[in-house]
Amino acid sequence: MSEGKTDTAIQSLLKRAAPGRHEFEDLVIVPLFAIVAALVLGALTMLATSVEPATIARSYLALLQGSVGSISAISETLTAATPLILAGLGLALGFRAGLFNIGAEGQILMGGMAAVITGFSFPGLPVFVLLPLCLLSGALAGAFYAGIAGWLRAATGAHEVISTIMLNLIAYRLIDYMLRLPFVQRPGRADPISKSVPDHAGLPRLLDWIDPNLRVHAGIFLALAAVYLVYWLLFRTKIGFEFRASGANPDAARFAGMRSGLIIVLAMASAGALAGLAGSVQVLGVLDRVTPGFSAGIGFDAIAVALLGRSHPVGVLFAGLLFGGLEAGGRQMQVDAGVSIDLIGIIQALIIVFIAAPLLVRAIFPWGFRKPATQQGK
Amino acid sequence: MAMTTNTTPTSSSALDIGKRKHARIVGAVLIALAVLVGLVFGAGSDGNAVFRLSRPNDALVLPDLSVPAMQFNYIIAGLLAFLGVRQFLRGGVRWSSLSLGIGLALVVVTFLVWATAGKAFSLTGMLQATMVRAVPIALGGLAGVLCERVAVVNIAIEGMLLAGAFTGALLGSVFGGITGLAAAVAVGGLFGFILAALVVTYRMDQIIAGVVINLFVLGLTSYVSSQVFQEYRSLNNAPVFRAIKVPLLGDIPVIGPMLFYQNIFVYGALIMVAVATYYLFYTRNGLRARAVGEHPRAADTLGIDVYRTRFIHVTLGGMVAGFGGAWFTLGSVGRFDENMTGGRGYIGLAAMIFGRWHPVGALMAALVFGFADSMQQKLALLQTPIPSEFLAMAPYIATIIVVAGFIGRARAPAADGQPYIKE
Repeated sequence: MSEGKTDTAIQSLLKRAAPGRHEFEDLVIVPLFAIVAALVLGALTMLATSVEPATIARSYLALLQGSVGSISAISETLTAATPLILAGLGLALGFRAGLFNIGAEGQILMGGMAAVITGFSFPGLPVFVLLPLCLLSGALAGAFYAGIAGWLRAATGAHEVISTIMLNLIAYRLIDYMLRLPFVQRPGRADPISKSVPDHAGLPRLLDWIDPNLRVHAGIFLALAAVYLVYWLLFRTKIGFEFRASGANPDAARFAGMRSGLIIVLAMASAGALAGLAGSVQVLGVLDRVTPGFSAGIGFDAIAVALLGRSHPVGVLFAGLLFGGLEAGGRQMQVDAGVSIDLIGIIQALIIVFIAAPLLVRAIFPWGFRKPATQQGK
Repeated sequence: MAMTTNTTPTSSSALDIGKRKHARIVGAVLIALAVLVGLVFGAGSDGNAVFRLSRPNDALVLPDLSVPAMQFNYIIAGLLAFLGVRQFLRGGVRWSSLSLGIGLALVVVTFLVWATAGKAFSLTGMLQATMVRAVPIALGGLAGVLCERVAVVNIAIEGMLLAGAFTGALLGSVFGGITGLAAAVAVGGLFGFILAALVVTYRMDQIIAGVVINLFVLGLTSYVSSQVFQEYRSLNNAPVFRAIKVPLLGDIPVIGPMLFYQNIFVYGALIMVAVATYYLFYTRNGLRARAVGEHPRAADTLGIDVYRTRFIHVTLGGMVAGFGGAWFTLGSVGRFDENMTGGRGYIGLAAMIFGRWHPVGALMAALVFGFADSMQQKLALLQTPIPSEFLAMAPYIATIIVVAGFIGRARAPAADGQPYIKE
């Protein structure tokens, strides 16, 4: 590994997040191992907080049942996975372009807010105009908000990790403020809550003909379409090539005549658009309205989803489904076994550690993995 | 961090153009601020702004400081316009960051005068709160300095603060404050060690490792606090370290309450900053540590153990962050709440960059953030027409401005963020 003057931190990030060659071991064995190891360590955590072994077994059973055990569980999994996939795709796009965008949370908030405002402002429009309009405004709001960080990076060199974190914190306050504006706040309520989206602007539920409680909505098709779109953008278009080139080697990209500043802003804006879409889908499909912190950490989970999916659209799809399952199963676990859903956060963090540190995995689990390709060790 | 200064210019003329453009931007910003100050703060204020410098039962009582608000703000607006025009036309490269700094400070002063116009406001109280609120940020920044000087980017400061806060509350409740503090330091050090192991030994990407530690600590502390603390409340009820007054020095007006009538966290932060500065810049080991951050291969050739140096300093950084984390529980409220650090670690990281990877610089930057933080709190009492949410945003906006505006002058350790592989 050479000690180039370029940004090797980002490069090594991308090497982890976007390996050049997809091998079976990298794509299947390591993630599977990571999930199992994380679940084992999660069980140890529960043991350490004096949860009885029987309860631990019950809670993992509930985790499984709550994620894939029934139609309603699958519906919940898909519902939780939809925004994760969308936001994760945005983050993956940013990783590919060498941008570590932690701001999906703020972009989700802004996107959801914009979608709701559009929704209740034009209740007279027919559904096939209003729904796309809501989604579009959400995506635009997210793109604009992320674009700020992109522009700051391109124009002043402000690192996007810090500026996006700050923009997240600003977004929380901004949403609090906007929810008390007279034209946003629900009439007759003193707490910060927005007006509802008219029914016909919401994303239609897919399975309410079986049971009205099944929440899975048309947003999942949107997420699938986005997977294809991002794949096409990244690997089949010129701009996608420029994203990947400037992510892999910014200097080479610049010398090849790519406009690095423009690429940064565009990559951030597209990442933000997807996160904004995630926020819109969440409010239009599930929540119907905006409350403070409605994003509920989706933006941070999406970072894990993008890393787990190796920043590949298809990988993100599966990682999103997995995390959606953990989310849905975690709720079941809390109800059935009385184990706090925060345990899921620990398991998710552990999964990423094992995914992102292949050397660590080999150290703990030396057999079954190929040796490091080049002898760069001691 | 390494990524902030990676635009290695191809020639010196490109550098010049870039800096001139930067100076132009600074000039435009200053002129815009002048217009803002003149139109909003100048025209909008009348009466005198009264700043109280002493509290009634202080040993030495200073008279109140009374400022005619409108005239004062118009004068400052003129000064800002002068600075901005000068910067815009002459484009003095050397002056641009200084002018921006002075300009922002002046805007803050005019804002205070405008908000206080016709009312009275305790300046001493705010400065004291500034110091208190700067402590976790300064310690976070210092932790960052220690890590980044040996070229390890530490995004995990946030998680280490949170871990320190949690441990302080838990063990402080059971064994008392001192034990809680020691345990917080130890747990901070443990997470520093884990970070070092992940990035030095297992060569995991530094940013991902940091993010993961943050997620992990957030998950773990939230899990325990909802799983255990809900049930056993006595485990989350730690004693709080009270303020100790330094004899004589504590009686000095304004400065006394700010620096010499505080709890051990403030004193600890000041001492640690001094020790770290001496260590990094005036001792042989400090020089070695910096060599590891600038050019690990050269350091290795000279017989310095790069891995060991990184392990030691990142662990030390973690211990500093753990101490800072204990401030949240043992230094202020005595109980732990989920995610109670609220992004202070990231602000500490920004303070480190703003402070140009120097402990004293990080402390100064932390004071700026602490000031913004305490101002937001105190201004809520003055009932300004600005919504409180916007005041709450002030520290974050300040961070962005600082990271964007001052970056040109700062230079990260050359090897920052790069793993080192021994040959």
